[in-house]
Amino acid sequence: MRTSRKLTVGLLLFLICAGLAVLGARLGPRAASGVAFAQDGQMTLQGTGATFPAPLYQRWFSEYNKLHPDVQIDYQALGSGAGIKQFQQGLVNFGASDAAMTDAEMAAVKRGVVLLPMTAGSIVLTYNLPDVSGDLKLSRAAYTGIFLGKITKWDDPAIAKDNPGVKLPDTKITVVTRSDGSGTTFVFTSHLSAISEDWKKGPGAGKSVNFPVGVAGKGNPGVTALIKQTPGAIGYVEYGYAKQTGMPMAVLENKSGKFVKADLETGKNALASVQLPPNLRAWISDPAGPDAYPIVTYTWLLCYKKYDDPKIANTLKAVILYGLGPGQSSSVELGYIPLPDNVVSAVKKALSQIS
Amino acid sequence: MPPEAQATGDILSKGVEGSTLFLATASGEITRPPTTRERLSNRLFRGCTQTFAWLTVLLVILIVVRIGRVALPALHTYGVPFLINTTWDANRAQFGILPAIVGTLYSSILGLIIGTVFGLAIAVFLSEGFLALGLDTVIRTAGLDNSPFLAALPNRIEDLLKVTIELLAAIPSVVYGLWGIFVVIPMVRPMADWLHSHLGWIPLFGTNLSGPGLFPAAIVLAIMVLPTVSTISRDALAAVPPKMREAAFGIGATRWEAILAIFIPTAATGIFGAIILGFGRALGETMALAMLAGNANVISWSLFSPCNTLAALLANHFPEAGTAEVGALMYAALVLLGITLLVNIIGTVILDRAEAGLRGLR
Repeated sequence: MRTSRKLTVGLLLFLICAGLAVLGARLGPRAASGVAFAQDGQMTLQGTGATFPAPLYQRWFSEYNKLHPDVQIDYQALGSGAGIKQFQQGLVNFGASDAAMTDAEMAAVKRGVVLLPMTAGSIVLTYNLPDVSGDLKLSRAAYTGIFLGKITKWDDPAIAKDNPGVKLPDTKITVVTRSDGSGTTFVFTSHLSAISEDWKKGPGAGKSVNFPVGVAGKGNPGVTALIKQTPGAIGYVEYGYAKQTGMPMAVLENKSGKFVKADLETGKNALASVQLPPNLRAWISDPAGPDAYPIVTYTWLLCYKKYDDPKIANTLKAVILYGLGPGQSSSVELGYIPLPDNVVSAVKKALSQIS
Repeated sequence: MPPEAQATGDILSKGVEGSTLFLATASGEITRPPTTRERLSNRLFRGCTQTFAWLTVLLVILIVVRIGRVALPALHTYGVPFLINTTWDANRAQFGILPAIVGTLYSSILGLIIGTVFGLAIAVFLSEGFLALGLDTVIRTAGLDNSPFLAALPNRIEDLLKVTIELLAAIPSVVYGLWGIFVVIPMVRPMADWLHSHLGWIPLFGTNLSGPGLFPAAIVLAIMVLPTVSTISRDALAAVPPKMREAAFGIGATRWEAILAIFIPTAATGIFGAIILGFGRALGETMALAMLAGNANVISWSLFSPCNTLAALLANHFPEAGTAEVGALMYAALVLLGITLLVNIIGTVILDRAEAGLRGLR
């Protein structure tokens, strides 16, 4: 008798809790979508997305906040994929992505999407060969061969023939890749797919691909740490990150057969070789200029065409204009490539679509 | 009526009959029925505790249901081949987690073996008074044996060691991961290179250590499970009944004979439970392994080959995953949940048995 009463009470409590939990789950997302807090003239914008431009964006947003203390912009660098997802769900005021957005992804956003390239950057191959000083030149055949797992030793003739006078060790090559999905991987694998038929048919291009060889580290810091700890390692990281951490960068062969160092000039040349279409989305998988660095990408802010509150739209536009104007000068310092003038004016024109 | 209540009732009635009990005084009874307020707060308290207890159960159910619901389409699409395929390629929607399952089990078991050897040694050292033995000799030869501070010293040091080992559990796993990359990997590299070049024909040393890999991951895992294994084993050893200890020494067993042939076998079920719980901990470990295992979908006997684990796979792929991949990841999460749940249930059952087995001896 008593046990059955206890059971009933327990069951009742259980049901009540279950009901509450379901209710909570129903209410949860809606409560969370209340972004952009405006109170007492204070405005907070929220954005999520790519890690690659994060240092630059954070610099812009904090400087903008110093000039306009009433505007606070939170940017969470959760990755391009997360940026696109949260932007589609309407959880943020803007997103950011290194891979822009595909047509299908944009079609899912009812409020309309404006893609705005904000800055650009190069991706470099960095390595750990303690006894090799000076530049290491890698031909297209050499670095695709390395990442395909066909070239396994550093003294392979395919590497040695472009590096006369450099004494290459017979160490095994350890390829280091990104373990997490990332825009960096997308840009790098798009480039490999563009220049190598084997790569295109094999691993292909994507934010995370099935790399045939190697070990993987999480994020740029993870990859860098693994390369530093492993003699004979090679991996891809962003130029700004490699520059800051003082990693050696390989000199790569570009489309016109010239060996090009990654720096500001060669990056600018790569951007100049591509004409942006009206939707401002162009992936530079293999730039053609004779002095263009081969692996370069734009990175985009994702904005809605229509905002519920015109105040949010206007604030966001002002912030973007700041990034396009004074903000471009901090990009060089942080290892990014400033946008060419024609791109800046195209982006400014595109801002008129936002309201 | 429960038996205790009946017993109290008996005493009370006897007391009244014999009128020797002080329960009833001239001014009336000092016992009184609980007031309504007391009864209500009592009931409220009981209700609250019961609710919270049920909430934890509910939470586990909700997690499983939630994961299951997202995983269900993937479960239908990929089915059993998901468990035996070896590629994880989100672009081509090919998902297989065999390398991750093998890597999870291999690294956990290896870490556990190392962790158990050290953990058990620590447990024996801390529970069998070795410290007191050594210190006593020192104190006595120094002629300080009537100082109360020094007499308490062995116990204090034992406590300190115990706390220090338990502190290992409080170190964030990302710190373990960094320590693994910058300390463990360079430390084991010369040994690994030597083993590979001299004994490379043994499958265990079949590849060279390229940096992150199974072996450094297992070493770090061993340190992470050490507190679990040593603390619970120590408790199990300390719970060996004093009667048994006295009897062992009484029949003339040496210290070693007593420990190896009597105390450890007596505590064996408890120690085994500790190992299983440590195994559960190792299986679910994420961050340190994501940093140290190499995250390569490789199945290899070699200790130095990179590997992948289920938890690391989830941590690495989840933030950028599309809808199809999220489903596959949830399926993988369900598999991991199943493995850990099974291991933990086995561990708990064994621990229960251990306690039940010792009850008769007390």
